[in-house]
Amino acid sequence: MLTPLTVAVAAAAVLLGVWCTVAALRDRSAKDWHYAAMAAVTLLTVVQLVVGVVMLAGGDRPAGDSTVVFVSYLVSVTACVPLVAMVALGERSRWGPATVAAGAFLLAVLELRLHDVWGGGIG
Amino acid sequence: MTDGGTAPGGGSGDRHGLRSGPGRLLVTLYAVFTVGAASRSLYQLSTRFDEAPLAYLLSAGAALVYALITVVLVRGGERARRLGVAACAVELAGVLVVGTWTVLDPSAFPDSTVWSTYGMGYLFLPLVLPVVGLFWLRAGGARPAPARD
Repeated sequence: MLTPLTVAVAAAAVLLGVWCTVAALRDRSAKDWHYAAMAAVTLLTVVQLVVGVVMLAGGDRPAGDSTVVFVSYLVSVTACVPLVAMVALGERSRWGPATVAAGAFLLAVLELRLHDVWGGGIG
Repeated sequence: MTDGGTAPGGGSGDRHGLRSGPGRLLVTLYAVFTVGAASRSLYQLSTRFDEAPLAYLLSAGAALVYALITVVLVRGGERARRLGVAACAVELAGVLVVGTWTVLDPSAFPDSTVWSTYGMGYLFLPLVLPVVGLFWLRAGGARPAPARD
């Protein structure tokens, strides 16, 4: 579905992941700007969720009877960054951004899988 | 040496050492693997159990082990720590046995599991996690602040 959006979310997620990795390596905790970036990435995933739901409602279906899998990936994608952000909130050390980085890279992988599932390369 | 150096966010309690510091990352990864393995096995068991029953049951077993370790890390405390060591040992044994099995006899598993080929499809994290987990649990997690009654 809508490849440009998927690519945009994945790229944003990788950027967020790299930025947070740098913070972790430099022994910094997550700052307001990091949380702003997490919010921005989350916003993109919400847009993707809405687009996905609209497409499903409009009768488009992922290839090969995988609507359930597709929807579960869509929800996981949206939940991913907010969840790691919450986990990182109470951690005032380098391990906060390290956790966010893990979540961000996971999001990028999930975007790849989401794309696969829509196209029919289901695992 | 952390900047923004006030006390850690609101007295995280002495029995929660397992989930602070590096424990945050570890808990997150275990939670991710729990959700991943559980949803995957649920889907596979409910839709095509007959194709590869062994592989799918194994995925379900792996999901249970991951769930147990996640809970252990979140709860903390001495009993949880010991339970966690045992669970990580089971997990490590599982990855090694299944990994070796899939390398020697690929036909035994028509569909892959999280532990196939030592977790290669998952960046070898299934192999790395129990080792890191064991070290983390043996050390007893992050030491809380020295002043403690």
